[in-house]
Amino acid sequence: MAKLYMPAQSGIYTAYMAQTQRRRLYSGILLLVFVLLLISSFQIAESRNAGGFISGLPQILDFPAGLVSEAWERIDRMPGHLATFFPSLVETINIAAASTLIGAAGGIVLALLSTRGLALWPRLIPLFRRTMDILRALPEIVIALVLIFILGGGPVPAMIAIALHTAGALGKLFSEVAENADLKPVEGLASVGAGWFQRMWLGVMPQVSPNFLSYGLLRFEINIRASAILGFVGAGGIGYDLRNTMTWGQGRFDQAAAIFILLFVTIVVVDQISSHYRNKISAVEH
Amino acid sequence: MTAASATAPSPTVADRLPAIERLFARKRLFSFGVPGVILAYLLYVFFAFDVPGLIQRANMDNARILVADSYSHKTHVTQDTRSGQIRVAIEGEAKGVYPEHLLPDWVAIDGPSAEIDLGRGQSARIDNGAVFLTVPGYGVIEARSTRNGVSVNIPDGPNRPTVNQSDARLVVDLDGARMIVTRTRIDVFRYFLGWELFWFSLESPYYGKSLSELIGLALSDQRVDAAKSNLQGMAESFWRNRIWQHGDVAWALFETILMAFIGTFGAALIALPLAFLSAHNFTPSLIARFGLRRVFDFLRGVDGLIWTIVLSRAFGPGPMTGALAILLTDTGSFGKMFSEALENTDKKQVEGIRSTGANAVQRYRFGVIPQVMPVFMSQVLYYFESNTRSATIIGAIVGGGIGLLLTQAIITQKDWEQVAYYIVLIVLMVMLMDSFSGWLRRKLIKGTDTGH
Repeated sequence: MAKLYMPAQSGIYTAYMAQTQRRRLYSGILLLVFVLLLISSFQIAESRNAGGFISGLPQILDFPAGLVSEAWERIDRMPGHLATFFPSLVETINIAAASTLIGAAGGIVLALLSTRGLALWPRLIPLFRRTMDILRALPEIVIALVLIFILGGGPVPAMIAIALHTAGALGKLFSEVAENADLKPVEGLASVGAGWFQRMWLGVMPQVSPNFLSYGLLRFEINIRASAILGFVGAGGIGYDLRNTMTWGQGRFDQAAAIFILLFVTIVVVDQISSHYRNKISAVEH
Repeated sequence: MTAASATAPSPTVADRLPAIERLFARKRLFSFGVPGVILAYLLYVFFAFDVPGLIQRANMDNARILVADSYSHKTHVTQDTRSGQIRVAIEGEAKGVYPEHLLPDWVAIDGPSAEIDLGRGQSARIDNGAVFLTVPGYGVIEARSTRNGVSVNIPDGPNRPTVNQSDARLVVDLDGARMIVTRTRIDVFRYFLGWELFWFSLESPYYGKSLSELIGLALSDQRVDAAKSNLQGMAESFWRNRIWQHGDVAWALFETILMAFIGTFGAALIALPLAFLSAHNFTPSLIARFGLRRVFDFLRGVDGLIWTIVLSRAFGPGPMTGALAILLTDTGSFGKMFSEALENTDKKQVEGIRSTGANAVQRYRFGVIPQVMPVFMSQVLYYFESNTRSATIIGAIVGGGIGLLLTQAIITQKDWEQVAYYIVLIVLMVMLMDSFSGWLRRKLIKGTDTGH
């Protein structure tokens, strides 16, 4: 038996082995090219940096060490600093929360208007899709800086900037969810004469709200980080305080340490709470 | 009817009514309560952020300048009244000064005097420290710039243009033009639609030629510059445009993508082995797992902003610092996501490979990697796209890439057309990365039914 099939098998076998080897060679080459690309990009980035990687590496702990030692020397002032910067932290959280809420509301509207089968004006679906694409592509900093020029520094430019980006980002995710919504309740509501808003509010929203909520919570996590960063370029909140303490340099590092602690704790706590609720929501669903 | 209701007597509607009504009351409370709470919160934020005060303080002049400048440019005709010298310059910049033989046709200069056509019948004549502004349907505004101040003669009458006047300064707003007279200079400028000098700046031999002329030049053998072909000359001229600096802008965009590339893929390469060490089905050691997980949490929790500050102290400003900041944050994110994906892998494939006598490395390579690779790739590519956006922001802080150019252009508060240009480029770049990563994701994950 074995002898009978041997010639045919060995032909297939060699062909298979040759193919496998070729595939392995190709993926090997691809991997090599990728790694070379990564290394060369790193070298380009390093050459355009003020300090080199190797020369900077030993100093990487200098700043954290200075920070910790200075904070430790004046540990008695730490509770005072934490209390001082707490209102800024609240402002940062408020920016994130308000922009998530406003952005999510905008995202829901954009998503429903750009989902096939649900859209109020089916012909305008591409328009709303492009709008979401552009909103999503706009980095928050661009809108924030332009608005700071018009409105002056403060939390509102950051809030508008993050809300616009959030509307685009959530709109896309929401629209993917809404596409899978069951149309039967919508048709039922249409048959009793419900308007578009009623069909969406009563027919679609109850189906999709757990998913929307889950995405919204995830976005809130992201937006807390974004609002801290925007503060650093002048948009209020704890990021702004951080920049001020950093520009003062040595002697204010105990304050910087307090801000680092507040920011770190907030991000971790919000992450934990949000992932806890997201797990709960997805557990209910399945 | 369920099995339970077959044995127990089924409750009547009247029995169920209280429960149903309670449910309805709860639902009603919920559906009105949640929007109510959200509204109350937004109201609190409205006052906490002092929005009413902000609306009052908002500088609408800035908004007007910004919008007008982003799609138009102005050309200044300026006389230094001490020397009497007149120059014509785009945006009043030294880089945009017209050489004498290229003066625009609406300006005629003759020594210390100049005739300026401001469009729509408006005109201005500069005459050695004095200026006569003719407005159709109104008359002539006369102003003289002297060392002691600005003396003016503004007749009353209908259609009087908006004038803002003090002892040392006169500003007249016209239709599509503006005049500013101070003690030392007379500045008349006219607005034009579009971004001037976008293709070629004034010193380029290709400046001021129409598209058909340029195409003709590109196809002809007659070289403008004997050293290189016309097409090459045009490309170089465009690339080295002194005002728009296309070459530098392209470099900045490249740098931004570079930061995102190094950060994302470097983090993925580092996180991959670490994820195996922190997944419970691959690493039995509780201490290693717990320790690594906390490291991931720490890297993620510290956040890109703090990493950026810490790293720029060590490495100085530049794109590498930004790339490393992204790399550190994302190592945490990828480590967490990868280890979760690894914990969800199917054991059967590993057992199948083990039954053929494969060792640990072979089991991972053929039993695990094919299962998780599509998930990993999809996550990494998604992060790549989102990091292009983050790299813009981080670039503004560490001083690298397009983020730096953007903040610089905004801080100088006059080059709004360049700000608009950068914004368009950033949006295009992010959209391009978005569709590229989406295309790659579909391409790489094709044929695997992972449900992504």
